[in-house]
Amino acid sequence: MPAPEEALGAANVMISGHEGAQLNAYEALPAGDGPFGGVLVIHHLPGWDAGTKEITRRFAAHGYNAICPNLYARQGLDVDPDDAAAAAREAGGVPDEQFVGDAKGALEALRALPTSNGKVGVIGYCSGGRHAFLTAVSLPVDAAVDCYGAFITGTVPDGFPLKVKPIVDRAPRLNCPLLGLFGNEDHFPNRDQVDELEAALKDAGKTYEFHRYDDAGHAFFSVDRTAYRPEAAVDGWQRIFDWFGRYLAGD
Amino acid sequence: MCSYLTVPTAVAGSAKGPQGWMSVTSASVYFDHPFHAPFDHTLNIDFADPSRGPGGRVAVELSAESARRLVASINEALAAAGAAAR
Repeated sequence: MPAPEEALGAANVMISGHEGAQLNAYEALPAGDGPFGGVLVIHHLPGWDAGTKEITRRFAAHGYNAICPNLYARQGLDVDPDDAAAAAREAGGVPDEQFVGDAKGALEALRALPTSNGKVGVIGYCSGGRHAFLTAVSLPVDAAVDCYGAFITGTVPDGFPLKVKPIVDRAPRLNCPLLGLFGNEDHFPNRDQVDELEAALKDAGKTYEFHRYDDAGHAFFSVDRTAYRPEAAVDGWQRIFDWFGRYLAGD
Repeated sequence: MCSYLTVPTAVAGSAKGPQGWMSVTSASVYFDHPFHAPFDHTLNIDFADPSRGPGGRVAVELSAESARRLVASINEALAAAGAAAR
């Protein structure tokens, strides 16, 4: 249930990530005693930015404890998020093993909240969509949402600075139901790559639901970019809250 | 996906950022999603002094069209300077 009048509180907190690294994280909590499900929000490649923190608050406004860790915290806790993103980009992105360790710490922080109902989900956008899938095949979570994550399937083109590999072969290890939201005009992932992921989930007998939007490309949820597509975004948000409502509810 | 080819180049000069002037030794040029500019993709240039850490950076995010105009302007200004700019 949404918090009354969408009331919430938000703060910057510290959590323990991979190998005990101290990470800053943005935490938004609904007003009230709960119990609430928890949502781990994974930022996109441009980093721990204002748009992702706004998304984090949105989950709190809808009655979820939400946390968004700064995956680029190793660039410096007091470094501007845009500078940290540029440095992380130069470094080839975040290693998968490090990400999983950071996600584990963030999920533990969510479960440790006094208002937690014990259930946690994960959602990610762009590179974070791949990270959401990686979380769901690596760690115990109750629901996952992949928003146009590239390189779960497909091959990273030569010359890309991002040092990642496809991980679709891990689909049999998916721990929870997966919601996928994609734009049909997207190039990364393109339609064939989304098809490949869907086939892998189907073959593995996993619970999933994919929605693909015409006239929408990459980043159609980004309200401050020309990529924003209101019809896809409004429907997508409804799907997300239905999904989490279905799998993260409970006392 | 958000990421395209990065073209780094060594530069010699200075740039002014939040902490004032600094020497810069590298420029990373890439076409990618911007952090601030209201476009889906921009031509981004990070002028940097890597020894100062991630904050040692002066960044610009330009529309593709304006980036091309900038290239032309730079070439025009250098050509007009003649021998002094060689």
